[in-house]
Amino acid sequence: MFAQSSFLKLVFGRLTFDAFPIHEPILVVTFLGVATGGIAVVGAITYFKLWGYLWREWFTSVDHKRIGVMYMVLGIVMLLRGFADALMMRMQQAMSFGDSQGFLPAHHYDQIFTAHGVIMIFFVAMPLVTGLMNFVVPLQIGARDVSFPFLNNFSFWMTVGGGVLVMMSLFVGEFARTGWLAYPPLSGIAYSPDVGMDYYIWGLQVAGVGTTLSGINLIATIVKLRAPGMLMMRMPVFTWTALCTNILIVASFPVLTAVLVLLSLDRYVGTDFFTNDFGGNPMMYVNLIWIWGHPEVYILVLPVFGIYSEVAATFSGKSLFGYTSMVYATVCITILSYLVWLHHFFTMGSGASVNSFFGITTMIISIPTGAKIFNWLFTMYRGRIRFELPMMWTVAFMLTFVIGGMTGVMLAVPPADFVLHNSLFLVAHFHNVIIGGVVFGVFAGISYWFPKAFGFKLDRFWGLMSFWFWVVGFYFAFMPLYVLGFMGVTRRLRHFDDPSLQIWTFIAAFGAVLIFLGILSFLVQIFVSIRNREALRDLTGDPWNGRTLEWSTSSPPPAYNFAFTPLVHDLDAWWDMKKHGYRRPLEGFKPIHMPRNTGAGVILSAIAVVFGFAMVWYIWWLAALSFVVLVLTAIIHTFNYDRDFYFPKEDVVQAEGERTRLLAAQA
Amino acid sequence: MGRGTRQGYCNPLEYEIVGRPALKRLRTIALLLSACGLLGGCNAVVLSPSGYVALQQRDLLVEATILMLLIIVPVMVTTVVFAWRYRQSNSAAVYEPDWNHSTYLELMIWSLPLLIIICLGAITWASTHLLDPYRPLSQISADQPVPEDTRPLRVDVVALDWKWLFIYPDYGIATVNDLAAPINQPIEFRITSSSVMNSFYIPALAGQIYAMPAMQTQLRAVINRPGVYEGFSANYSGAGFSGMHFTFRGVSDDDFKSWVAEAKAQGTGLDRAAYLTLERPSEDEPVHRYSSVDPTLFKAIVELCVEPSKMCMSEMSAIDAKGGLGITGSANLMPFEYDKYARRGAVFGVEPSYVASLCTPDEPTGSKPDAPFSAVPDPAPARLVGAGLRLPSFTPLPPTSGPSALRIAFRRSGS
Amino acid sequence: MSATDTMTTSAASGGQPRVFHVEDEHHAEGGSTMLGFWLYLMSDCLIFAMLFAAYGVLGGNYAAGPSPKDLFDLPLVAINTTMLLLSSITYGFAMLTMERGRVGATQGWLVVTALFGIAFVSIELSEFSHLIHDGAGPQRSAFLSSFFTLVGTHGLHVTFGLIWMVTLMVQVARHGLVTANRRRLMCLSLFWHFLDVIWIGVFTFVYLMGFLR
Repeated sequence: MFAQSSFLKLVFGRLTFDAFPIHEPILVVTFLGVATGGIAVVGAITYFKLWGYLWREWFTSVDHKRIGVMYMVLGIVMLLRGFADALMMRMQQAMSFGDSQGFLPAHHYDQIFTAHGVIMIFFVAMPLVTGLMNFVVPLQIGARDVSFPFLNNFSFWMTVGGGVLVMMSLFVGEFARTGWLAYPPLSGIAYSPDVGMDYYIWGLQVAGVGTTLSGINLIATIVKLRAPGMLMMRMPVFTWTALCTNILIVASFPVLTAVLVLLSLDRYVGTDFFTNDFGGNPMMYVNLIWIWGHPEVYILVLPVFGIYSEVAATFSGKSLFGYTSMVYATVCITILSYLVWLHHFFTMGSGASVNSFFGITTMIISIPTGAKIFNWLFTMYRGRIRFELPMMWTVAFMLTFVIGGMTGVMLAVPPADFVLHNSLFLVAHFHNVIIGGVVFGVFAGISYWFPKAFGFKLDRFWGLMSFWFWVVGFYFAFMPLYVLGFMGVTRRLRHFDDPSLQIWTFIAAFGAVLIFLGILSFLVQIFVSIRNREALRDLTGDPWNGRTLEWSTSSPPPAYNFAFTPLVHDLDAWWDMKKHGYRRPLEGFKPIHMPRNTGAGVILSAIAVVFGFAMVWYIWWLAALSFVVLVLTAIIHTFNYDRDFYFPKEDVVQAEGERTRLLAAQA
Repeated sequence: MGRGTRQGYCNPLEYEIVGRPALKRLRTIALLLSACGLLGGCNAVVLSPSGYVALQQRDLLVEATILMLLIIVPVMVTTVVFAWRYRQSNSAAVYEPDWNHSTYLELMIWSLPLLIIICLGAITWASTHLLDPYRPLSQISADQPVPEDTRPLRVDVVALDWKWLFIYPDYGIATVNDLAAPINQPIEFRITSSSVMNSFYIPALAGQIYAMPAMQTQLRAVINRPGVYEGFSANYSGAGFSGMHFTFRGVSDDDFKSWVAEAKAQGTGLDRAAYLTLERPSEDEPVHRYSSVDPTLFKAIVELCVEPSKMCMSEMSAIDAKGGLGITGSANLMPFEYDKYARRGAVFGVEPSYVASLCTPDEPTGSKPDAPFSAVPDPAPARLVGAGLRLPSFTPLPPTSGPSALRIAFRRSGS
Repeated sequence: MSATDTMTTSAASGGQPRVFHVEDEHHAEGGSTMLGFWLYLMSDCLIFAMLFAAYGVLGGNYAAGPSPKDLFDLPLVAINTTMLLLSSITYGFAMLTMERGRVGATQGWLVVTALFGIAFVSIELSEFSHLIHDGAGPQRSAFLSSFFTLVGTHGLHVTFGLIWMVTLMVQVARHGLVTANRRRLMCLSLFWHFLDVIWIGVFTFVYLMGFLR
């Protein structure tokens, strides 16, 4: 008997039947739902014989546009999971008063709020902004692809791999119960000996590799592959913000990697970095994680500032007001974002001088941010504003974001932070800037660039439904949390004693339901738009009368983006071309040098997932094996020297000829 | 104004706004709004607190908000106006597609926020120092300095899993999840935690401060109105976090005396053994009272050496400051007999253990934390800056004996 | 604004025709690789910066255990440092011979470099095993945790550099010094010298300063 159990332990590590949550009805139902949906999707793909197509044209694709689209799909799928968590939290907080304990035990509730934070930041917001940058930046700078197309594919699949590990924790074992930043000692082996923290660590490490590499890739792309004539100060603002964002990624994600390595050493090897005993220092973790964490906030929000800039200029029919100050504001924010991390823990007891230094640097960030708001405002001034969906999101953003900015500055005053820190006011604040800023911006970006990616616009009616549900739902969901914060209610509570609070959590839950309808409307919008795609078709490639280079090519753009590399003379290159009577070249096409698709990214990331899983469950033989296989596969991949080909001239001629015909039919 | 420290602080941007009628009126309005109508009769305790420190923090919140509304409101109004006025269907509005620069406007959009941030920054600097939780109070309310002969009430706070232990060193009593203080007497909290991070927060009294294991933070506050208030942990600390709250009573001097007497009369004693039992994780703990407390207990908790055989942090850092105990010292470990969580060590780690305290001829069972707290409160710090997280002070060798032979032996074999 | 001229040009307001596309483009293969690799090295450098920071914060916390003076064998570390510095020099020779296109000499120098690298890793491993044997393993104190992690991460990098080097030697043997291989050797060169610089930091900050503490 003993021998058998130790044999099982050798084979399966600490993975036993108890790890499968068959006794938790909520999880069983969720699993059945996911399994049914999954089987339906897999069945449909098999039935329509799409596997080969998906594998050849998408999964193995090194085309930045397709990878961008796949990032968006990942973000939206994970949004559904993250939002399911949010709904459950809101329901729990609306129900659990006095004698009622709600429907979630602490063990489950604590996982949910941790997973909600982790998923929303790493696997929703990050893929969505990365996807938009991936899709748009090469087109905006007149490039054929990113600098390292294979790396781009690999980065995407590593991000997926991290997401897979986190999702796996739902049905095999459990997730962390520590809050999304997993402060030690709570996240140390002494207080969290379960697999949850290990899922957290390996999920983020695997995804972090992808994020860092994609950051490096996009910086190199923007620095090296700009079309001739596109000087730094002629780059579209979105490209500028993408550049700053990726600099932030490369300069901050290694910090996260390092701090998680230290935490895993504490958990696996028993080192003493963040322990209470043996001279460890848990507060070092808090400092280090926020040195990553604060720039992360700007990694999310800077690209959407770029989106708003593009949208505001395009739909106001004007060039952006104050381009130069917009660029400098972006650069200022990039630098300042490293000087504010301590404002996340003023209450740690640092001296007053340290606290006020970080409080004031935080406030200083609001100056360039304020300048940006004014720039958008004066872009609208004396414009001809078309209230298409992207512009509506932008106006909603401007009205909502300033509230979040204001509450942020309130939290930046240390003594005021002492009364609001960790309260629901704080929760309301960061949702105000992340939903009101990042999410609205991503929706603006999706509805703005969707026609570029697929060749037809999104349905307006369902877009409006989604817009109003989201905006109204946001106010219903989070204004009550501001109030609750003033009532001294702290975050992450599972149960309340004071029944007078219930009305507020109830309103918040109602708001969450409205947002849920907003998400559903968005999905319906996609579905309806695909069904009506012929009616919504855009043949010009420039449906919004755009200003930047991505609108100069067809929709969807050909694999090579541009038959000829554009030559840039001015800011708003495409506007400049249209103004000067640009005509498309109709002959003289040449074969185009292109990278080949490869499955190496999918394979490497799959092995990384196996490695992560084995580490989580202490299956050492599998961990060692998968690690060796991972290294060997990477090495074997480097033995492939035949990585590119020439896109034949005939195909270019044919594709461009088709576009000429379509444009002529339009005219 | 009362004492020297107060008068010495003559910054024109001084945070105290007594005597500035306009702002005072705004404060009153904010108070009224929060007290009644706006929040539907709910108790927005952060906006109408009962302690002077929290009151000042509330005022700061209001001032910061007003300062920012100066710019936020015009921006929001202009956004709506521009969006409406320059809509596409309004052909009456001017359209200037190439207008994208105005030096004057650019100057405005950078300098207006800058001006507001300068004001706010000055307020922040001053108020952060004045409301530093480490700084002794000089006022017990806006117009009342601390009386000369008042000693602050000292309370040692320990965040346990998942309950609060309050030790009153001056009265020799302790309570669990029950805190009382006489009104208008400054309170001096020393705060620590036994295992993981928590945050000690009584919204009606003063802002929060973290409770961290092996560290000691401080908070100074005063309660001005009698009443029963809620206190809790404001930093998630594990499964029992939701139930980790306590009552805080602001009472009159006489009531406080009888509250102390009651604890003295009815409770049991809290020695180290009792503490180690109390420390074990439990949820929704009812109120306990202890009639006596081991006077060295709090220091031992901060220094992670309640178990007598564990080496105290201060001793450890004193040894470390002198270069450790050498190779021999690496063996000075003891395995855990009991661990709160039946903790599993790291899978590739060594057996869970702790550093054993050194035994000397004077102290055959290992060193104990040094002498009981002195009855005299600390004199007010000379400089008005936050004290930060100081390491506990320690004199490595007991004053009665010379350097112990064993320690010397350790040093020699080590180097 | 006349658009009567050629398809791709037009008269700008100043009368100058504007050309809007590039006729002849030469896309240098792997043109961004060095920049990309440099960016990667900087991100790696940041990881080391964090480990140095951790060592800076925790390096004095011996938990009443041994301190650097009790543990470090300075002559051994000096030998180790020499190994790594010599390997950097020999890698430099490999690059010089690569410039001249001499495959055999390049391979020879790479072998010498790899041998020095292997010596470095072996000496480091024996140092670690001694420490652990003496009870001064990474679990003993925060100082030792941060020491082992910092030095060990560097050692791990050197190990991967060695694996990479062997891979490249096989690839050079197969394909000769083609452009792709030259680029890869350049990248490894950057990596190898980078590890040298990090080691100089480790040697100064951890070992020498440890003795001065």
